[in-house]
Amino acid sequence: MKHLLSAGDLSRDEATLILDTAEQLLSVAQRPIKKLPTLRGRTIVNLFFEDSTRTRISFEAAAKRLSADVINFSAKGSSVSKGESLKDTALTLQAMGADAVVIRHHASGAPHRLATSAWTKGAVVNAGDGTHEHPTQALLDAFTMRSHLGDLEGKNVTIVGDVLHSRVARSNALLLDTLGANVTLVAPPTLLPVGVETWPVETSYNLDASLEKADAVMMLRVQRERMNASYFPSAREYSRRYGLDVARMNRLPDHAIVMHPGPMNRGMEIGADVADSDRSVIVEQVTNGVAVRMAVLYLLLGGATEGENA
Amino acid sequence: MRRRRRSALSTVMDATDISRALTRITHEILERNRDAEGVVILGIPTRGVELAERIAAKMAEVEGTTIKPGALDVTMYRDDLRLKAPRALERTNVPEDIDGRVVVLVDDVLMSGRTIRAALDALSDLGRPKAVQLAVLVDRGHRELPIRADFVGKNLPTSKSEKVRVRLTETDGADDSVSIEGSDA
Repeated sequence: MKHLLSAGDLSRDEATLILDTAEQLLSVAQRPIKKLPTLRGRTIVNLFFEDSTRTRISFEAAAKRLSADVINFSAKGSSVSKGESLKDTALTLQAMGADAVVIRHHASGAPHRLATSAWTKGAVVNAGDGTHEHPTQALLDAFTMRSHLGDLEGKNVTIVGDVLHSRVARSNALLLDTLGANVTLVAPPTLLPVGVETWPVETSYNLDASLEKADAVMMLRVQRERMNASYFPSAREYSRRYGLDVARMNRLPDHAIVMHPGPMNRGMEIGADVADSDRSVIVEQVTNGVAVRMAVLYLLLGGATEGENA
Repeated sequence: MRRRRRSALSTVMDATDISRALTRITHEILERNRDAEGVVILGIPTRGVELAERIAAKMAEVEGTTIKPGALDVTMYRDDLRLKAPRALERTNVPEDIDGRVVVLVDDVLMSGRTIRAALDALSDLGRPKAVQLAVLVDRGHRELPIRADFVGKNLPTSKSEKVRVRLTETDGADDSVSIEGSDA
């Protein structure tokens, strides 16, 4: 594994290795000294063309706990906003000796372009590209599910909401399928992407139908900035048909967990009482995110890389 | 007649020898540290963990108390990480606070000393033990760092081209044994 671009690139063994590694690394967060010397002397660049504070600080915390040097590069206020291209930015980072680039970009495929070009020699980690993928989010979700539900083989996961714009949904669908879980996507017809029938999932327009058998329900954020009248009639109607309220939550099996990648619109896709209930693992997802990202960085950078003696 | 090259396995310790060595190490640990309550036994994966469990069980038997052994994975602290493909992490499980306690590290084979160096670094991130002692089943020499074991099951002078193979029931699913494999120059 040289890069992490898509959750679909991971074999079952690779995904399991990342999750197992993360499990061991989770304990680092509970220690008085939350630091491992593993990536000392390595430089990791967080290259964020799109704002995302939580993903960036999660990657930053992960890299720092492994003793790597972290450079945060945000497009806002940088030369990118003056028209510098991805290529020139990448060449600059390469010249600075970046061992890994964690990239978030508004264009789907930007991480792939970076990884397959000669612009950078380092490992590329996709931290969300356009509406395409967000593999580390899928890994931390799988990690959270695994810690509550055990092996994911045969488990039923329902993902609800704006699948069309959600890279989280796509990455989760691919990874959960690799891990043997059954995924049901629930969304209004207007918010399911074209070609969803080729995904390894079932789809439904009716949330109530899939509640009873769900082992985990993942609510997706309604991205108000991307919404306009053509996707659904009104926020109230969306909330009534696709929001997770207490009544719906109570119809879930006792062991089922409620997830959300954050940030939440309380009262829109998820009720405030649901978000704060003891079935909600939303805060845990954040903690697990750091451990999973540590595992990814360790497995990409911890060993010999090209050019060093293998 | 030329001596046959020792390419096959030659067993140097069998199950009885190993058991006897561990019993002796246990008594030595107890003798050195009068207060068994203040001792934390940590095995280094993979086989060190099993040896630590056995030593802890024997200690508990002698002292009539319960002693919980732990595991300390040193992968993230190794100095050869950049030389090989990244390896999977093993289990770390430290049952008790190690501050002010005597930690006995347990491993199967002591050679270069680099694993133990990594273990000492890992320990210092976990707390500040009063003292750290080292118990190994086999010491085969070839040290690359100034590290010495406190308790040794068997000193086994070997050539660098030989391999010492430790097998333990739970880890390897075979009878306990220590054997030497490789060419006899």
